[in-house]
Amino acid sequence: MDEIKTDASPKAMLECMMLIRAFEENNKALNAAGNFPGTCTCIGQEASAVGVVRALVKNDLILTNHRSAGHLIARGADPRRILAEIMGRSTGYCKGKSGTLHVSAKELGVILTSTIVGGELSLATGVALSQSVLKRQGIVACFFGDGAACEGIFHESLNLAAMWNLPILYVCENNQWQAYVRRDETMLTDHISKRASAYGIEGITVDGNDVEAVWAAARDASAKIRNTKKPILLETYTYRLSGHFEPDDMGYVDPEELAEWKSKDPISRLKAKMLESKALTSNDAAQMEQRVQRAISDAVSFAKASPFPEPSELTTDVYA
Amino acid sequence: MSEMIVNQAIGEALAEEMRRDPTVVMFGEGVATKRKDLVAEFGSQRVRNTPMAEGIIAGTAAGAAATGLRPIVDLLFAPFLCLAMDEIINSAGKLRYISGGQFSFPLVAIAMTGGGWTVGAQHNHNNEAWFVHSPGLKVVMPSNAADFKGLLKSAIRDDNPVIFFIDMPLMYQAGQVPAGEHIVPLGKAATLREGKDVTIISYAKVVHTCMQAANTLAQIGVSAEVIDLRSLKPLDEKALIDSARKTGRVLIVHEASRMCGVGAEVAAIVAEQAFEALKAPVLRLTGPDAPAPSSYVLEQAFMPQPDGVVAAVKKLMG
Repeated sequence: MDEIKTDASPKAMLECMMLIRAFEENNKALNAAGNFPGTCTCIGQEASAVGVVRALVKNDLILTNHRSAGHLIARGADPRRILAEIMGRSTGYCKGKSGTLHVSAKELGVILTSTIVGGELSLATGVALSQSVLKRQGIVACFFGDGAACEGIFHESLNLAAMWNLPILYVCENNQWQAYVRRDETMLTDHISKRASAYGIEGITVDGNDVEAVWAAARDASAKIRNTKKPILLETYTYRLSGHFEPDDMGYVDPEELAEWKSKDPISRLKAKMLESKALTSNDAAQMEQRVQRAISDAVSFAKASPFPEPSELTTDVYA
Repeated sequence: MSEMIVNQAIGEALAEEMRRDPTVVMFGEGVATKRKDLVAEFGSQRVRNTPMAEGIIAGTAAGAAATGLRPIVDLLFAPFLCLAMDEIINSAGKLRYISGGQFSFPLVAIAMTGGGWTVGAQHNHNNEAWFVHSPGLKVVMPSNAADFKGLLKSAIRDDNPVIFFIDMPLMYQAGQVPAGEHIVPLGKAATLREGKDVTIISYAKVVHTCMQAANTLAQIGVSAEVIDLRSLKPLDEKALIDSARKTGRVLIVHEASRMCGVGAEVAAIVAEQAFEALKAPVLRLTGPDAPAPSSYVLEQAFMPQPDGVVAAVKKLMG
């Protein structure tokens, strides 16, 4: 049984971001080497995932999407079982039936992910309705991107959540890309959070590459939601530093823009800050890197040694 | 047992199930407005109006179903299901499988369809086969007040998403309905009339058309067996095969259009499993490949009529 992680110390958040990055880079490398599925990585968006997830408490619920590794790992998911799932093995979180695109882990409260862009927005209201009607304590964090904010269901979801006082922290990870389309080709305004006022709820934008700022904003927003039960739209303004779906040479990305965002990389940024303030020694950093690399090589060994599902699994779990 | 219209039978099933199980909730466009008795008894937390937004109604039902509630949603008219397809097909129907069985989706989505109210093609579309064709869903389409109550109670108790179609003109049709715990299991057809010469298989409103035709056929010496499918998925294959083997002649009648309709599946099952007993090719009598019209005359022409059923049976009899 995995344990839900809530440690939001800068060191814990740094190491978690490093683990997510290494996990995703490893997927890219495995994919490039062949015989490994394509994946949607969250490289560049680690601060958004870790900052929000670590601001949650154990009985909160999370809905993620096709870029889920960050949310899962931040919550405490075992990289071995995520990788096994990606590789279609029966030891994966979904017994190999999800693959990379819609991994959920009920035991961690990471539930009902949908890879249909906006699908998670349509489910979040129902999860929050259960919390409300059954008088449960936890709030619902729903992660989606600027692409999903272009879907009609974005409007339907926020409007209903506002009307019904549903305890949802809507987290729009505005990563500037919608698959292969630049965000600014799809909307005239830069910020999704501005739309919140149209629904009578609060909207906030935070620097999505500053994990401490994201954590503080998510902590404040979730405290308000617990108190008022009203939804809040939190936009983490960030950048997808890798392709939409590996392999992707990103030939369509302006190199100058990419370089500029790389200079704001959330991991090197926090590491530099902590080294400078002596909150972290270079020895600490080296040990973190070692632990991360060990976790990744463990994950690869575990996943590769895991069995594929039995053919009889083809038609199980269709009906309850 | 008491006489009531279908709409009352539905109301009785809803009230009984909400009384029995505090996790049953209901919402949709006008649900709280139309079912004031439910609001009065169960409160505005459990019986809710929603905005006109079918996608989020169905999605909310799916999310709630996976996390401890048993939602019933009224999506009004079957063509409106088009606005809820992602939530019904991709979420409610698939996420149990995708998650490796971590979640179940005990929800009921109610929609009206069928000719008789001259509402035209954007309120009337017998699209039930779309849902039969989608994994993870169950589909029911009752024909009488007692079955509406019994099947709705089963649908609410089922741990899977059930699409519950109401053939519109049946809404105000009266029938005898057993009081209290009346359960009709999903996946069980009803033989409404025993016969030996021909099997007429149908569902929903058209069942009554077939019963009328069977009476006419009896007068000319043809003994017709009439089967009401009631559930389209799961389909009661045994009932179909047994009857086909008994009579050797099968006519399938439904209002939905022919190609890839439920009748096509029934015909294939009969051909695969009762071919040796057949005395004539399986026939289908269906609505045309056209949008449902609104003009009364055209709408009547769209729907199978007793005369057409009689003619098709005569053709089968040779």
